[in-house]
Amino acid sequence: MATPVHGRPGRGTLRGRNLTAGVLLGVGTVAFVDEVIFHQILHWHHFYDLSTTDVGLVSDGILHAFSWFATVAALLMVASLHREHAFRGVDFAAGWLTGGGFFQLYDGLVQHKLMGIHQVRYGVDLLPYDLAWNIPGGILLIAGIVLWVLTGRRARGAPGAAPAEA
Amino acid sequence: MDHHGHEPALALPSPGEWAVLVLVCTALVAYAAAVLLLRRRGVSWPWGRVLAWAAGCACVGVALAGPLAERAHHDFVAHMAGHVLLGMLGPLLLVLAAPVTLALRSMPVGGARTLARFLGSAPVAFLTNPFVAGLLDIGGLWVLYRTGLYAATHTEPVLYALVHLHVPAAGYLFAFAVLGGPDPAPHRLSPPWRAGALVAAIAAHNILAKTVYAAPPPGVPLDQAHAGAQLMYYGGAPVEIALLFLVCRPWLLSRPRRSRAVGV
Repeated sequence: MATPVHGRPGRGTLRGRNLTAGVLLGVGTVAFVDEVIFHQILHWHHFYDLSTTDVGLVSDGILHAFSWFATVAALLMVASLHREHAFRGVDFAAGWLTGGGFFQLYDGLVQHKLMGIHQVRYGVDLLPYDLAWNIPGGILLIAGIVLWVLTGRRARGAPGAAPAEA
Repeated sequence: MDHHGHEPALALPSPGEWAVLVLVCTALVAYAAAVLLLRRRGVSWPWGRVLAWAAGCACVGVALAGPLAERAHHDFVAHMAGHVLLGMLGPLLLVLAAPVTLALRSMPVGGARTLARFLGSAPVAFLTNPFVAGLLDIGGLWVLYRTGLYAATHTEPVLYALVHLHVPAAGYLFAFAVLGGPDPAPHRLSPPWRAGALVAAIAAHNILAKTVYAAPPPGVPLDQAHAGAQLMYYGGAPVEIALLFLVCRPWLLSRPRRSRAVGV
């Protein structure tokens, strides 16, 4: 098969679909929390920061658009898996943690630091904020990868289970 | 800016507003007449579509004529509110009303055949490609706000009319191309491609909103650009999410119990 599961989230193995839904919702959740809490409620983040690079602007625009798609697609995939009684919480959680942790780190390290889209907060010493932003992201990502590997081993060990894709 | 209060009358003469009113009313009446014609033949037509058509016409009408349209001439925030109605929400509602299906069913056979042949033609196939439609829609907005075009529409009524014709037309084309329905879409791409085109268009729309925030179009004061850009970004989001949902639902909520054997 030339097309990986990620290209067609609607098809593929059950494990693949649960993982994909989890990854997508992880990305969507982190983007949503970022938007609602840090932009709208706390007003720590700025809509636009003058130090933003052009690449950062494009990256942020694409990621926001993708995160909306990811949220909508993930919720529909979960609904679909529920209908088929095929929703598996552990696989889904492995994807969710991995996707959420990765996106949090990407946002915190690449977008905030490298591309200068905006900082966590303004007019304060940034270091504790950056640590508080990125360390949980790292923990989520590591927990997600560990769970991914463990559930993958179990899936491979089970008879008739589909091979897990990395 | 207060002294510009009389300019709108020059930029959009009331004949323009009359034309909009006549056009919107014609669209409403034609749609209602077609629905009644079908009902007399014993064919039902969903009320939801009738409502969508009426609401879509209202969006277009409010954006082009009346107090909002007048304020839009000197207030960029009002202009952007009109943009969301005219270019995003209105077209989506009109597409959901399936006017072409209604026309095909209520027209005489000869006319319907001609219309069907037109829909299957190569130019329509090209224009209803979601990437082409997205380029026309969002690309048009980039030209509008990133060149002197926006300022020029305030002094050139012809440009004003063309832009305000292009925005709903391109919005309709894009919503239809991305949804691939409910009207017949013989050239429809597969859902992943349509979702990809939609995500790309949303991204381009987001990026444009941020550049408008950072560097206002010529003639727009900074505070209006800031408020307008955020309205473009956040006001457009519900429509974008609705589009995403409508593209993804038939794709991901279907029940593919048998896996597709053909994986080419």
